[in-house]
Amino acid sequence: MTHTLMPLMIAVPLGGAFLCALMGKRTRALPDAMGFLVTLLTAAGAVYSVSLVKSADTLVYSMGGWRAPVGIVLSLDGLTALMLVTVNLVAFLVAIYARGYMERYTSKRLFYGLFLLMLAGMNGVVLTGDMFNLFVFLEIASVASYALVAFGTGKQELEAAFKYGVMGTIASLFILLGIILLYARTSTLNMADMAAALAGGGGDVVPLVTGLFLAGFGLKAALVPFHAWLPDAHPSAPAPISAMLSGVLIKSLGVYAMVRVLYNVLGVAEVSETGSPFTPLIVLGILSMMVGVVLALGQWDMKRLLAYHSISQIGYVILAIGIGTPLAVLAGLFHLFNHSIFKSLLFLDSGSLEQATGTRDLRRMAGVGRKLPVTSGSTLIASMSIAGIPPFNGFWSKLLIIVAAVRAGHSWSAFWAVLASILTLASFTKVLRYGFQGGGAGKRLRELAAVPLSMKVALVLFAVICIGGGLLLLPSLRDLFLGPAADALAGGTRQLGFVLTGGAS
Amino acid sequence: MTAYILCLILFSLGIYCAVSKRNLIKIIVGVAIAEYAVNLMFVLVGYRIGGVPPIFAAPGEAQGAMVDPLPHALVLTSIVIGLATTALLAAIAMRIYRKYGTYDVNEIRELRG
Repeated sequence: MTHTLMPLMIAVPLGGAFLCALMGKRTRALPDAMGFLVTLLTAAGAVYSVSLVKSADTLVYSMGGWRAPVGIVLSLDGLTALMLVTVNLVAFLVAIYARGYMERYTSKRLFYGLFLLMLAGMNGVVLTGDMFNLFVFLEIASVASYALVAFGTGKQELEAAFKYGVMGTIASLFILLGIILLYARTSTLNMADMAAALAGGGGDVVPLVTGLFLAGFGLKAALVPFHAWLPDAHPSAPAPISAMLSGVLIKSLGVYAMVRVLYNVLGVAEVSETGSPFTPLIVLGILSMMVGVVLALGQWDMKRLLAYHSISQIGYVILAIGIGTPLAVLAGLFHLFNHSIFKSLLFLDSGSLEQATGTRDLRRMAGVGRKLPVTSGSTLIASMSIAGIPPFNGFWSKLLIIVAAVRAGHSWSAFWAVLASILTLASFTKVLRYGFQGGGAGKRLRELAAVPLSMKVALVLFAVICIGGGLLLLPSLRDLFLGPAADALAGGTRQLGFVLTGGAS
Repeated sequence: MTAYILCLILFSLGIYCAVSKRNLIKIIVGVAIAEYAVNLMFVLVGYRIGGVPPIFAAPGEAQGAMVDPLPHALVLTSIVIGLATTALLAAIAMRIYRKYGTYDVNEIRELRG
């Protein structure tokens, strides 16, 4: 079955980006309206895609009517739908928030232009069924994000953006090199065709390519040996962009692309009932989990602390997917969704705090809790969610990951997961204790800038999703949203085969 | 095979330059060298010894091996992307120079820890 929703998910933000950048100078109100409208449309489209997957299982769109494997195809299955919802939902709420927050920067039209460009790139990465197309969209999103990190053009922003840019470009080169080697071996760029060709012998380049992809996508996802750029880049960006980078960019460019290629194209890792652990992912996961949280403990800069926690939480996702039982994969994807919600919320909160108090240092904002009820309330919810306190969404996914690890016989992984969770709790106790309560300097901050309404709306909506996120595990909702996503990875190298058979335009 | 290995050596040189040099401009040059190495390798993948361009002037004319045209199209895309990243990095480096008055990464150290 074919559907025009898929190209529109890329074309609408791409068109919006150009319109914003070109026309925004003349019409002042355009960028805000455009940012809101475009993200609203893509979010609605993403939710609609879930029902499409439910009714038709899998969908293919052939670009320009050229059928696979000759032309470029877009494909939609459960995993893609999950990523689309995650990316576009966060983007929509962030766009609402940015309306108020970005007033203090000079150029809203450039901000929204880059923001929508990044969104188009991420949607493209999750939708495409073509390896080189994946690289192109990955670079669109990456280049937009380098520019967004430097958006403030202060000393720190520029330094972080340069570091991020160099690391990101090197990561892209590793990925491109892997794609070239695969093309040289299989003479095709279509993911499904490539998977079939590799399964039928000629897979001697696979170990080398796996290594290149682990390094490349690992750099994009900031897994631990490759994480050095993230704690600089994410805090330096404006708060809405920090939320997008930590919330969805490292997941769609890093985690999604990595697992899609490893499971559905190369077939080096697979999902099975009896458990088929993929050791590199498990090792990277545990390392990221522990190193991230330990480094976070010592931070006093709120955004930097949150950035280190992103590394740690991505470790959970990678660990769970690496364990490779259906339950573990489901838990990992659930945690991916949850993390994008609560981490975006935390970064937006840090932005509100920074706007109100003029500092990101926890010690200097101490005691600010009473004066900013919405911000401190939503921070409390998000902190409990990330630390895994019931009944918030983070609790359910962490519990599932630990249960799945124990049932698959990975007691050591489960032990590290529990330990990292306790340290996370300790770290966020510090945030709440020093940042919001107590009679510190924050109480003396007489003139707190008011937090605009649009920012409050976004915070409240995120907090509501944090509270209600656990409901996604109810059987009826699970079969609709998380189940098909986990099934897509379980489908292995035959998963994308529908692209070749059903590619009529 | 030799050509591929030479490409990989060039790639490693570029990465080494990007990682070890202390000057922002030299880092950008290193990234660019690595980029060219990858592009070069891509073109070589499509090359066939003694191959002819895959252009048909008349029906049934083409004889023997043809070079693979697809990598050439892809390399053009890749070069344009490389241009965009290099330009962006250079622009950021210029702004850094204006703020710090130096290209030396040892003296650009706002972010620590």
